[in-house]
Amino acid sequence: MRPVLALIGMACCAQVPYDRIRQADAEPGNWLTYSRTYSGQRHSPLKQITAANVHRLKPVWMYQVNDLAQFETTPLVVDGIMFISEPPSNVTALETRSGRPLWAYRRSLPPDPRVCCGQVNRGLTMLGDRLFVGTVDAHLLALDSKTGRVIWDMEVADYRSGHSVTVAPLAVKDKVIVGIAGGEYGIRGFIDAYDAKTGRRVWRFWTVPGPGEPGHETWAGDSWKTGSAATWVTGTYDPELNLVYWGTGNPGPDYNGDVRQGDNLYSCSLVALDAETGKLKWHFQFTPHDTHDWDSNHVPVLIDGAGGRKLVIVANRNSFYYVLDRATGKFVRGVPYARQTWAKGLDDNGRPMVLPNTEPTLQGTLVYPGLHGGTNWYSPAYSPDTRLFYVAVREEGTVYHVATPQYRPGRYFAGGGPRGIPGVEPGGSVKALRVETGETAWEFPLHSPPWAGLLSTAGGLVYGGTNEGIFFALDASSGKPLWRFPTGGPVLANPMSYTSEGKQYVAVAAGHALFAFAVD
Amino acid sequence: MRWSSLLLGCALAAAESPEALFTSHCAGCHGPKGNGGKGANLAVPRLMRASTDEALFNVIAYGIAGTEMPASRMTDEEAWVLVGYVRSLGRVAPQAGPGDALRGEKLYRRENCEMCHTIRGYGGPIGPDLTEIGARRSAAYLRTSLVDPEAAIPDNFVFYRRIIFLPDNFLQVRIVTQDGRRITGVRLNEDPFSIQIRDYSSQFHSFLKSELKELHKDWGKSPMSSYAKIYSREELDDVVAYLVSLRGDR
Repeated sequence: MRPVLALIGMACCAQVPYDRIRQADAEPGNWLTYSRTYSGQRHSPLKQITAANVHRLKPVWMYQVNDLAQFETTPLVVDGIMFISEPPSNVTALETRSGRPLWAYRRSLPPDPRVCCGQVNRGLTMLGDRLFVGTVDAHLLALDSKTGRVIWDMEVADYRSGHSVTVAPLAVKDKVIVGIAGGEYGIRGFIDAYDAKTGRRVWRFWTVPGPGEPGHETWAGDSWKTGSAATWVTGTYDPELNLVYWGTGNPGPDYNGDVRQGDNLYSCSLVALDAETGKLKWHFQFTPHDTHDWDSNHVPVLIDGAGGRKLVIVANRNSFYYVLDRATGKFVRGVPYARQTWAKGLDDNGRPMVLPNTEPTLQGTLVYPGLHGGTNWYSPAYSPDTRLFYVAVREEGTVYHVATPQYRPGRYFAGGGPRGIPGVEPGGSVKALRVETGETAWEFPLHSPPWAGLLSTAGGLVYGGTNEGIFFALDASSGKPLWRFPTGGPVLANPMSYTSEGKQYVAVAAGHALFAFAVD
Repeated sequence: MRWSSLLLGCALAAAESPEALFTSHCAGCHGPKGNGGKGANLAVPRLMRASTDEALFNVIAYGIAGTEMPASRMTDEEAWVLVGYVRSLGRVAPQAGPGDALRGEKLYRRENCEMCHTIRGYGGPIGPDLTEIGARRSAAYLRTSLVDPEAAIPDNFVFYRRIIFLPDNFLQVRIVTQDGRRITGVRLNEDPFSIQIRDYSSQFHSFLKSELKELHKDWGKSPMSSYAKIYSREELDDVVAYLVSLRGDR
């Protein structure tokens, strides 16, 4: 028991000031923020587990949760302690070598949260000695990382009008940045920053501009009031530019664009915000006037291009891969990476040249990608070693139907709905894209459209998961499958890696359990 | 009420009369009058999956796991309106068909249908279990299944499924193993690395895909041949009448 006690001893003093997160590469055995570093690459410099020994990777411990909603967390690991969120809005601290719980926070929730697609939570952020977590009743909490005790509890928005917080927040300097979910409930989307000390809201950026603000003219009439553009996937941050990058979701109602004529800014966009003020530096809209539910809720991945040019890359739900200049938002390149039947291509500014007869109709319109896109919220990974961008790709179309939407606060507000394609079995793959061109370097086929993110490691491996519950490792250079483990439940989360007492582990949530693997 | 629906329902209705709700949410599978199609026949006095109104509400709100029945996206009030409407369908007297169920039962046995189908625990597992088929499917659908089986293959992909846990039902697959064995059967499950099959002598097989030389998926094929020429017109009426009589409650 001595080592465990020693670790608890360490945890009592664990502090994660901003500079530690900023320099996360200096401590590869920890996982201090959602995507490990501010760049969003989800690449671990750990290399004890390699292509040569991954066949000896075995589960070391499991931790089971008691809630049956999808388990989508990315764990944080700080100095021997793992912090996970559990559905619906709970937090547990686990010792990283044994998997034994150290404390648990269990939120009592109202009986009627409004969450479109499961009462889920995707993770935490840490700053100082505090953990920050959002809740399905749309609060943001600061917890004491030593005990799980609530330090402050702020209402982000009224859950009864369709708001919820499922996203892992992002700590930047002295602030906690958080997004909102509710794109199927006609909310008006925003990105918030809270003072980590007091919980006071420091700024709010409305993703649907109000009267008098630039972009407001892209919404017909009063449609902006229910314009959605939710912000339910964690963004990234460039400390040198002091810009926060965050994706925005579909305009509301999802499938009926007639009631919201215009481009509907800043839905289906990437926005770059000043971290101090929340002021918009630039925006790039991937899908103007979306009617296919193609949220741009992705982790925007920050990489260095040729000549050190600061780039941001996104494999978008609309099936196009984009390279943008992250200082200016200027479009650099965009090509399809997954099957798509809706656009002839992108013009010189990156705007899609939309094909006719691709709108939802009463009879139904078959379009690729389907409403869940060429990929979805789960994280891609980028390896600076291979310069490949790894994306879990969905090959699935949808027959899109339109209906007349009727807005009632807190009620489902989609203006249509999806059907499948009779006789066509959807599929998927893991694709490795060359970052400069978007060309596919290799592809590993999956049986069904995935809901699991990817992790790349300096050990030359890419980890991923399937709906059928297989957690697997591929060779990062060739895509060759090297190892797999059947977890017995669908993998609907992002993998991560850490060390405990110097030994590398890989962890992932699958089914209703968290698994930690190591080479014996 | 939890809203952890894994499946998406169909288009929302603009109007909210019970009939309009049923037409937009349900009729696609259950037929315009609710008397069955690809989905169960709802125009029956007793619903197998929903003996109480509360149970029927849960089926409408959350779907039936492992089946094509999805969770709906309607409000609780709308789901309760539909509960009442679906119950009213069952109060319509079932239309008597032209056939004779007792003769139909003999014809079912004459053609050894129990080789592949099970009724009340007796028979093979290759095709769908028929114990409750009369409550699940309309007479018209059952007739089509007999004369044109490939027009009536269950299709899981009609509905959009958010997370696919199980593959399509009753897909015929043909494999050749690396060591030259040939097996034809129905796929039970599949993942990127393995596939599970039940062959036509009801044996289970599980292969790693790396052990296979060939894997063919016969989309749209049915292992059942047409009975249009095997049964006379009157005999078909009788067999349909027998199947319609199978309601799982005898």
